[in-house]
Amino acid sequence: MGSRSYTLRKVLHAFITLFFVLIFNFFLFRVLPSDPVKFLTRGAGLEISPEEQQELLRDFGLDKPVWPISLTPPSFTADNQLFDYLGDTARLDFGTSITVNSGESVLGLFLEFMWPTLLLVGVSTVFSVLLGVWMGIRAGWRRGGVFDRASMGASLILYSMPEFWLGMLLIILFSANLGWFPNSGRETLGANYTGFAAVADSLNHLFLPALTLTLGYLGEYYLVMRGSLLDVLGEDFILTARAKGVRERMVLNRHAVRNALLPTISLIALSFGFVLGGAITVEVVFSYKGLGGLTYAALQSQDFPVLQAVFLFASAAVILMNLLADLVYGYFDPRVKEA
Amino acid sequence: MQAPPLRPQTDPPAPVREPESLPELRSPRRIRWIRRRRALARFWKEYRKSGMGMAGLIILVLFLAMALFAIFGDDAGVDPSRTFGPVLAPPSRDYPFGTNDLGISVLTLVVQGSKISLLVGLTATVLSMTIGAAVGVIAGYRGGGVDNLLMRVTDFGLVLPWLALAIVLASLIGQSLGAIILVIGVTSWPATARLVRAQVLSIRERPYIERAKALGGSNTHMIVRHVLPNAMPVILANTILTIAIAILSETALSFLGLGDPTKPSWGTILEDAFSAGATTLGAWWWIAAPGVCITLVVLAFTMCGFAMDEIINPRLKNR
Repeated sequence: MGSRSYTLRKVLHAFITLFFVLIFNFFLFRVLPSDPVKFLTRGAGLEISPEEQQELLRDFGLDKPVWPISLTPPSFTADNQLFDYLGDTARLDFGTSITVNSGESVLGLFLEFMWPTLLLVGVSTVFSVLLGVWMGIRAGWRRGGVFDRASMGASLILYSMPEFWLGMLLIILFSANLGWFPNSGRETLGANYTGFAAVADSLNHLFLPALTLTLGYLGEYYLVMRGSLLDVLGEDFILTARAKGVRERMVLNRHAVRNALLPTISLIALSFGFVLGGAITVEVVFSYKGLGGLTYAALQSQDFPVLQAVFLFASAAVILMNLLADLVYGYFDPRVKEA
Repeated sequence: MQAPPLRPQTDPPAPVREPESLPELRSPRRIRWIRRRRALARFWKEYRKSGMGMAGLIILVLFLAMALFAIFGDDAGVDPSRTFGPVLAPPSRDYPFGTNDLGISVLTLVVQGSKISLLVGLTATVLSMTIGAAVGVIAGYRGGGVDNLLMRVTDFGLVLPWLALAIVLASLIGQSLGAIILVIGVTSWPATARLVRAQVLSIRERPYIERAKALGGSNTHMIVRHVLPNAMPVILANTILTIAIAILSETALSFLGLGDPTKPSWGTILEDAFSAGATTLGAWWWIAAPGVCITLVVLAFTMCGFAMDEIINPRLKNR
């Protein structure tokens, strides 16, 4: 099978999956019980007449049939809630926020909160990948050695910890007791730094959450890199290389590590997809205003349009990164294109 | 010529090692029982050699004892109307893990939380394994269109970001332990389904399946008597690892305030501590104990799971 058709097949598959996510997302918020009119007017102590209620429903387009096809009697209408939703999504119209930032478009909120999250999870991913891969190579190469056993124990413990708990401990140690780093936010409020001072201030705020996530992601990358290297070291071509008299360092760098990196590369892409939706608990602990913080605020105030968009965005991120992983894997290891 | 036995046997009869056990080998049920017991004994002998597995098992037994103590003991210690200890006191002789903002001993909170955390983790895992094993067995055994459809659904489940889905579901269903169990259960089965399916595909090709089919075994008989028992070791090892993930998931969801406030788990204690400002107050003792418990339990389940994986899949041993 050719390279172009492999790419085409993967892209098509990603689009189909995305389409099903859209249907699923629509279904999720329609089938589960919640009355939007009652929800909007609760708390305000408003008594509204049935006519006003009808008007509200019409404004939201909720008086239309949910599905295009009806069975009793068998009929088809083009004017229905599902088509409205698909059309709005295609135009990147995700509605307006109800409670978090009332009246602001959900898309605007996302564009505002996306960059801090990208910065945070991007920095943490880079550091944990570099550290995890390096540790995995060292541990796997000298299996059973002191470094291997110590790093294995440490990674298992880090892997078993709730990330946000680690974050809370770091705050208590470095912020409450030592006072080295601020405990929350993205910048010092009211300080209005400019230029270099502003950058230093942001970095100062970024340090603790980034450290938390780096340690949190580390275990997974380490375990995969180590396991993958051990698999490769058992292969025949390693034995051949050694029999040829290739120096050990060359066996490791040229023969083993290059092949062992493949599964790790695809894992990096996959888990980056999962964390793009926001490192929710860690952002909450550090009051970091990113997508995770936005999700938490929307959850607390039941802002359904925002939650619906959060779910769509998070799924789209995973699908996109899955596609990227497949394409990158196909490029580095042409064997998978044949399958 | 003799008629074939009405009940097909599970395996070609194994060579009998001890002659004195011969008279016992009369009914198929007896044979099965003896074989299972032997397999278990062999497994235990292997398992005991694994230091990691035994360490994990000991930790788990301790925590199980703690949970049983919490279930059968009274919970007056966490009743805020009856408890008047010093508020936010650091660890002392009377309160080994300190007290919280209501003067409740953190030790009591942690002991009471153990039953909820373990209960939710175990129940959610049972749900997840039931769905995952059912989907995996049916897909692998039936093959064809059914397999294709079920695997498409499974792949779809694998790309859904579970925490975002869990938050959406929990916010729509409402706060309760049942909702948390349901959410973890329905978001964590796809990986199990893939694993079980792969195992079933290899079992399906083995000669004893063909033999049982030739003797007229029904599909139910094949699945219940042959496929499931042989896939069981893989399912069990996966279960142990899934419990670890389920407990971590419960902690995250409870921390985000989706748990039942009247039935506090370790995650709920952390949420209470965080919203009461324990981090800015530097009240480390309120946070330390529940977090250490979560880490230890998850670590113990992971170690047991790894040890079981190594016995079932000897290829992993050189890792």
